[in-house]
Amino acid sequence: MIELVSDDRCIRCGICVKVCPTHVFDADAEGLPFIARQEDCQTCFVCEAHCPADALYVSPYADVAVDVEEESLIANGLLGSWRATVGWGPGRTKLASVDTTEFINRILPPRPGSAAR
Amino acid sequence: MGEIDVKLTADVLVIGGGPAAAWAAWSAASNGANVALVDKGYLGTSGATAPGGTNLLYLPPDQKLRDQAVEQRFKGGGFLSEPSWTYRVLDQVYINLERIEKWGYPFVRDEEGVPQRGHLQGLEYMNLMRKVVLKAGVKVLDHHPSLELLVDEHGVGGARGVSRLDNKEWEVRANAVVLATGGCAFLSKGLGCNVLTGDGLLMASELGAELSGMEFSRAYAPSAAFGTITRGRLLGWATYYDEEGNVLNSDGNRGQILHRAVSEGRTVYAMLNKADTPEKQAILRSSHAVFFLPYDRTGIDPFTQKFPLTLRAEGTVRGTGGIRLVSEDCSTTVAGLYAAGDAASRERLMGGMSGGGAFNASWAICSGTWSGEAAAAYALAQSRNAGSRDLRPAGRYGLQAGETSGSVAVGAPASDSSRPSQKELVAAVQQEVSLKINYFRNVPSLQGSLARLNALWPIAGSFSERGGIQQRVRSREIAAMAATARWMHTASLERKETRAMHALAEYPEQDPNQLHRITLSGIDEIAVRYDKVPGSSA
Ligand SMILES: Cc1cc2nc3c(=O)[nH]c(=O)nc-3n(C[C@H](O)[C@H](O)[C@H](O)COP(=O)(O)OP(=O)(O)OC[C@H]3O[C@@H](n4cnc5c(N)ncnc54)[C@H](O)[C@@H]3O)c2cc1C
Ligand code: SF4
Ligand code: SF4
Repeated sequence: MIELVSDDRCIRCGICVKVCPTHVFDADAEGLPFIARQEDCQTCFVCEAHCPADALYVSPYADVAVDVEEESLIANGLLGSWRATVGWGPGRTKLASVDTTEFINRILPPRPGSAAR
Repeated sequence: MGEIDVKLTADVLVIGGGPAAAWAAWSAASNGANVALVDKGYLGTSGATAPGGTNLLYLPPDQKLRDQAVEQRFKGGGFLSEPSWTYRVLDQVYINLERIEKWGYPFVRDEEGVPQRGHLQGLEYMNLMRKVVLKAGVKVLDHHPSLELLVDEHGVGGARGVSRLDNKEWEVRANAVVLATGGCAFLSKGLGCNVLTGDGLLMASELGAELSGMEFSRAYAPSAAFGTITRGRLLGWATYYDEEGNVLNSDGNRGQILHRAVSEGRTVYAMLNKADTPEKQAILRSSHAVFFLPYDRTGIDPFTQKFPLTLRAEGTVRGTGGIRLVSEDCSTTVAGLYAAGDAASRERLMGGMSGGGAFNASWAICSGTWSGEAAAAYALAQSRNAGSRDLRPAGRYGLQAGETSGSVAVGAPASDSSRPSQKELVAAVQQEVSLKINYFRNVPSLQGSLARLNALWPIAGSFSERGGIQQRVRSREIAAMAATARWMHTASLERKETRAMHALAEYPEQDPNQLHRITLSGIDEIAVRYDKVPGSSA
């Protein structure tokens, strides 16, 4: 579930409020988003991919809230890591343009029975 | 519904914001229609495709390859599909993937320079589709869940709903409507699926449309036990272990290992140790990249460490049931109403099986294209302007008092303290589509479940909780999910055999005498009818 909106990093662009499919965020009078309905978060990570300031952190735990600390997320390279993988942001290579999915059948593990799905 | 704050008129209204909706809106606009699109979430991120991605049914125009694919599909789907539909999809998806590339999607090329168009990264794809749809002149309304359709004696005429960001009531009138609201995954937190609650099935049924293939709704997808990433293909490189560390899939087959364990409350662990070199691991990492997020963020190396798995219900999403299509243009039995993507029954294309076969994504593209084109032609041929039709809202279930058209009592008042909360209602419906009941299907347990759902229906089908806009939308979602579960179980009990993805313990064989489609209609009372498969001898 979404756990962090970084006050420091956020540029108040409003994108996360718009792109979250399940309407988890509201914004305050200054345009700073806050997590208004964490229980509605579907842990889909799309807000992170769209945040231009790498200000959001979605914890992978779908059903339990966890405490996170901004400094240690930054230290571990996690803040903004999904956007980096997707390849969005200036100077980055899009994941789509290096997508290896069409080649994974070349390295299928040998196995009796039916093919991998 | 009270005062309408925002009123619009268009030729075609598209309801949804996934690939089917995007293609329908683009197609209708490209055919000269004035188009509005309303999505519960956001066109570009919402639905089952956007957060991850999809493998496509996509083959070069090579007759032999295509013949093989069609043949294989026909068998796999339990002979309920029509090969002509598969050929049409193969033709259309090829054209549309060329379009996507022209619009800027950066498909990878192989050593010979051949573009590899069989997989789409969801975020990139849907971001691109948003741009294409906007450029085509479509009026896009994000966070505008549709709560009900509008209707008169000539057929559908638009929809009503709420705007979640500013709490306004909206109404869009249009002579043609495309329902592209996706399937029903029962709020089980599969990747991107919590917007998929069967709303389109309920809206269509309230207008008298039929459903087909609802027994093919037995899909459950693996994810980390703590996580949501239900892209399971990379588990093909996994060894499965029980709690004691014994290998469970030594014969190479994952089969029902996970289904059994999860339904019995045992934990299965996986490790991707069949990708045993750094090169292989790198290839997997830049294929379904989203798969690795939960592990990278919890410090698990999935190639060398075990992680616990669970299964998340996907209902009709990777099943095939949905709104019955009466013709190749994706029209339904209701004049002006079309269905596309997972909201539509995919039986004509793939019979009773979808799953990992990559058919759904191609179907969303093709059915979107066809429905958009047909909806545009239909709307532009009407002489009446939708704005001047004498339309009434058709919603009957899960809506606020005063919001319904009045034909059904709204049940107990929403403030009644003896009423279950929305959370409890969601849990009650989810219970009835658990693995135990809906995967390991047997007659008495399905009958018991259907009886409980029927008993719950007067409550689940009426307005469930006062509060803000989220509660209003959830109330309608609960009604749609409860109705969908009832349709699923009704159809499953009707098909007394095992065919394609449907299996009934008492009837483990495919029965040649049941080579028909099961068509349902109605909500309080569900009527059942059998449809012959065109081209079959049965
Ligand atoms: C994790 C995962 C992996 C998958 N992988 C593959 C694959 O590899 N190959 C394949 O072929 N298929 C795959 N599928 C299936 C595929 O994603 C779907 O078939 C496809 O997304 C269907 O497109 P759609 O537009 O019909 O529905 P969706 O993409 O689900 O979109 C439905 C849209 O309707 C909107 N909506 C819902 N209710 C309302 C309402 N009341 N009012 C307004 N809008 C509403 C939602 O917000 C959403 O935008 C996968 C599914 C999942 C979950
Ligand atoms: S998207 Fe990022 S920068 Fe923009 S408002 Fe949200 S948190 Fe702030
Ligand atoms: S992870 Fe998905 S559901 Fe959760 S806040 Fe972000 S966009 Fe919304």
